[in-house]
Amino acid sequence: MESVVLKSMIALTAMAALFGAVLAIASRIFAVYRDPRVGQILECLPNANCGGCGYPGCQAYAEAAVAAGEAPAACPPGGAEVARKVAEILGASAGEHVPKVAVVHCKGGRSTAVQRLDYEGIHDCRAAILVGGHPKACVFGCLGLGTCKAVCPFGAVELDDEGVVHIDSGKCTGCGKCVEACPVNIIELAPVDMKVHVRCSSHDKGKKAKSVCDVACIGCQMCVKKCPSEAIRMEEDLAVIDYAKCTNCGICAAVCPTNAIIDDVEKRPVALIGSKCEGVGECAKVCPVKAISGEEGERHEVDRKKCIGCGLCLDACPTRAITMVGALGLQKERG
Amino acid sequence: MDLGQLFAIIVGAIFVSNFVLARFLGLCPFVGVSKDSDSALGMGMAVIFVMTMASIVTWFIYMYVLIPLDIVYLRTIAFILVIATLVQFVEMVIEKTSPTLHKSLGIYLPLITTNCAVLGVAVVNVNEFMVTDLPVAASFINTVVHGLSAGLGFTLALVLMAAIRERLELVDIPESMRGIPITFIVAGLMAMAFLGFSGLKVG
Repeated sequence: MESVVLKSMIALTAMAALFGAVLAIASRIFAVYRDPRVGQILECLPNANCGGCGYPGCQAYAEAAVAAGEAPAACPPGGAEVARKVAEILGASAGEHVPKVAVVHCKGGRSTAVQRLDYEGIHDCRAAILVGGHPKACVFGCLGLGTCKAVCPFGAVELDDEGVVHIDSGKCTGCGKCVEACPVNIIELAPVDMKVHVRCSSHDKGKKAKSVCDVACIGCQMCVKKCPSEAIRMEEDLAVIDYAKCTNCGICAAVCPTNAIIDDVEKRPVALIGSKCEGVGECAKVCPVKAISGEEGERHEVDRKKCIGCGLCLDACPTRAITMVGALGLQKERG
Repeated sequence: MDLGQLFAIIVGAIFVSNFVLARFLGLCPFVGVSKDSDSALGMGMAVIFVMTMASIVTWFIYMYVLIPLDIVYLRTIAFILVIATLVQFVEMVIEKTSPTLHKSLGIYLPLITTNCAVLGVAVVNVNEFMVTDLPVAASFINTVVHGLSAGLGFTLALVLMAAIRERLELVDIPESMRGIPITFIVAGLMAMAFLGFSGLKVG
């Protein structure tokens, strides 16, 4: 009995020792040089393998980063912190990294946009557009079947009852999967601190655009004229915001007659005219929403319901009588 | 050499007693790596390779270590040891000698280090071909052929499953059934279909 136990133990131990030795020797003979920095970079990456950087996974990204000696493209989910860490490992400078989030340039829902046909096929935008063309009368718009929602690895895309896509900018990491998947190319990655967006992609002329969708950009150019920082330009009858110039003032959203421009700033301050006011009237002239009224020579007043908190009057007042107060959530009140 | 017997082994391992659909071994990669046919094929190739290698090595271990020492009852643990070592070793060799092959097989190799289908093929080999009335050479050839065809059978099931699942992606499935549940149902139906092969009389 003892000999059986002993024999098994010895035999197995000997086998294990032999195999261990073989592996140890093999790991020396067949050693492939790996840059230790690859592992270090991989460690500080999110390891979600989302592919947002353009490489097929975090490992490939880390290898490319080491091979290039610098981060080839920023890791979108990782953001500034990861970019800084990667740069630290590689000994290069990170550069400025502004995180981006997806913006859907269409807000036409079932009740606002005219449906050209009733699509009942495979629940996928890419399949739908192949069958009978665009289900909406507006060929530029969102199909509302949620392919972007299906491909989003972070659950940041939501569809409301109307079929309008909403992006949760808190969850969105800017990986760009939805941008790739959208068959009508209406999703764009915009800097996360930009809160005012043109949510329309229609290049139709005003009359046509209006006839197929209630919330379309009709190319009236009101926003272009009112924008204080010249950040809006017209591209074939569609207003486009230049995010490099935009200051989030929200004037365009306030003047847009079809509400095609949305203002996502939750709370804005309002202007308050103090007792120093001499009634020059400069503020009333610059106010884009005509919220200031008053007789010349007398203290002017701000209609708090109308004021969008853009602050233009602040700079226009020669007596410095205007202050911006509070963030009272008036945006929501105005609707 | 008996070609008829080899043919029977090949057909038997691929269809009649398919490792996944009849013996229910290796179900983990069968469900896990069958989402698209490219990776299914990669995984299948890796399994074919490892099963054949494992069959050869375990035959030698069994024949020249376990039988002489009279410790055949330790075969399970000995085979696990051998297979794990083998897979690690092969991965190292491939990484050094052929980076291209390593790129296509590399990520799947560690997955099958302790796969039950690989251990299963070694154990089945022992039970079927290590019988006393079979000459040593024939037993070796049978073992290798069986390992290879078991891998082929696994790959067949995996690729078929991947093809079905790719189609399922585009089908309107009730929400609670999407993903793994419908996969299990499909796997069950496939197993039933493969049951039809058990009526085959070969050799």
